[in-house]
Amino acid sequence: MTKTRAEIEAFLYHENELLDEWKLEEWAALFTDTGSYLIPPLKNPTANPATSLFYVHDDRKRLEDRAKRLLKKEAHVEYPHSKTLRNISNVRIKSQEDNKIVVRCNFTTYRTKRDVIDTFIGVQDYHLIVENDALKIQEKKVTLQLDSLRPHGKISLIL
Amino acid sequence: MSKYVIENQEKCEFLVHRSAFTSQEILEKEREEIFSKCWLFIGHETEIPKKGDFKRKKVGGRNLLFTRGSDDVIRVLYNSCPHRGALVCREDEGNTRVFRCFYHAWSFKNDGELVGMPGKDGFADDFNCDGAKNMKQVERLESYRGLMFVNFDENAVSLEEYLGNAKEYIDLVADQSELGMEALNDPQEYSVRANWKLIGENSVDLYHGMPTHKTYFDIKMEQDANAKNVKLEGIGKDLGNGHAVMEYTSPWGRPVARWTPAWDEEDKKEIDEIKQKLVERFGEERADRIANYNRNILIFPNLVINDIMAITLRTYYPVEPGYMEVTGYSLAPVGESEKSRLMRNENFLEFLGPGGFASPDDNEALELCQEGYLNNTGVEWNDISKGMNRMNNGEQPHATDEEQMRSFWRQWNKIISKDVKEKEEALV
Repeated sequence: MTKTRAEIEAFLYHENELLDEWKLEEWAALFTDTGSYLIPPLKNPTANPATSLFYVHDDRKRLEDRAKRLLKKEAHVEYPHSKTLRNISNVRIKSQEDNKIVVRCNFTTYRTKRDVIDTFIGVQDYHLIVENDALKIQEKKVTLQLDSLRPHGKISLIL
Repeated sequence: MSKYVIENQEKCEFLVHRSAFTSQEILEKEREEIFSKCWLFIGHETEIPKKGDFKRKKVGGRNLLFTRGSDDVIRVLYNSCPHRGALVCREDEGNTRVFRCFYHAWSFKNDGELVGMPGKDGFADDFNCDGAKNMKQVERLESYRGLMFVNFDENAVSLEEYLGNAKEYIDLVADQSELGMEALNDPQEYSVRANWKLIGENSVDLYHGMPTHKTYFDIKMEQDANAKNVKLEGIGKDLGNGHAVMEYTSPWGRPVARWTPAWDEEDKKEIDEIKQKLVERFGEERADRIANYNRNILIFPNLVINDIMAITLRTYYPVEPGYMEVTGYSLAPVGESEKSRLMRNENFLEFLGPGGFASPDDNEALELCQEGYLNNTGVEWNDISKGMNRMNNGEQPHATDEEQMRSFWRQWNKIISKDVKEKEEALV
């Protein structure tokens, strides 16, 4: 069952809207049961997590923990929630075979809190799966196009 | 203001004036008296394993090159052309025999020696016969157990003397593998919009552990029902010279060598083997200390070694009174199995990394302190007295006390108030 570009883009926009609206448990539910969410080291985006230190290397369980944590008042860094705005662009459908779709897009995520704006930019690689006609995320890899995390200081958001 | 730190043992009160975190004047003084005279961590020797390897580093507000020459000698060069001053090397890291400044194409061997410049006939025959036009080496470079430190003061005491009692604790980290320890590539470079001293305090502050990191502990409790039986408790110690440590038990797993039910049962065997090797090398007692106890070590002024669920070497420098740049390295045993390394990395990113479930909350706490210091004129003093009552009763301070921070502040105050004291003494 082939998915159209419009359907794939709508899915990505939906994911970003959930994140901007802090509907993080709904975001986690977009992943397959074995899905993963990754942010590799800045200077080594093709690194192996067993030998290199990632910023985020979440299996399905940890990405759910991440979502739940960020909704707690004790996730101090995001309480009160910062305002965020995510834009994605340059969506490239790299391949579509059987039920697997590989998509790459560029992203810009703005976060504002206490009068400061942090900007995260980079590329997102998605491995999507068609399950019962619906799209699910098997892997989301975020490659930041930053030379360091200064001045942001942290990645407290889901990117 | 002649005093920034007030210690009153009798009243069990230790106060730090909040201008220490906000004053530009104090930062200038710190640059002069601390970041130009104390031993500063530059990196681990394993970061540049091969001849010709180099890394660009910013240490003590200087641009430096951490290099291993073709002669296999590790040097630290000021990254600035002796001709007109441009950064000679623009790459963050690499391997080279020659550094070339692109501005006028002066070339230097990887030991800093000037080996070429265009238009040589425009210079005297004996130009650079005294080596004054070579890339300058940093005044002092010494290492302890693979940790390399620089000092910009030729007259500084030796690194070993400087580290003093802290060596015992560095040894407990360095002894974790018979093959030695290595720093992983790609250190995490981040920042905090707060004064640099706040991260040193935070790193040896177990008191904030539960309230600040409740969400992390919630996750650990969920992974291991028995986790709540292991308390965060232990001792805090002033190690002299401004260094300090807390040593304590915790509910998390340590890849060397404390298994947790959050890990696979099959990993237990490997952890047990690591522990057994430690027992063979050091005996039961020291092996138990290395494997089961956590240590957060503060090396004055700005190196933190957290030997907790993973090991981080963390340095941090002020750019402004309210903004610091942080670099976090992961230190791991050479020859560790891929599975163990993965568990270590997961532990690191989950707690210690800037994308994890703990460090961002620390970052937030420090930024809120910095914001709170806007009230300095109305509310002037920080209180760091927890545990002084215990000490007055002859008891060992707890890890959740604040003796570790007092150790830092005593040294800081000694250095920063030096000429205030001299002036006062001259008046007497």
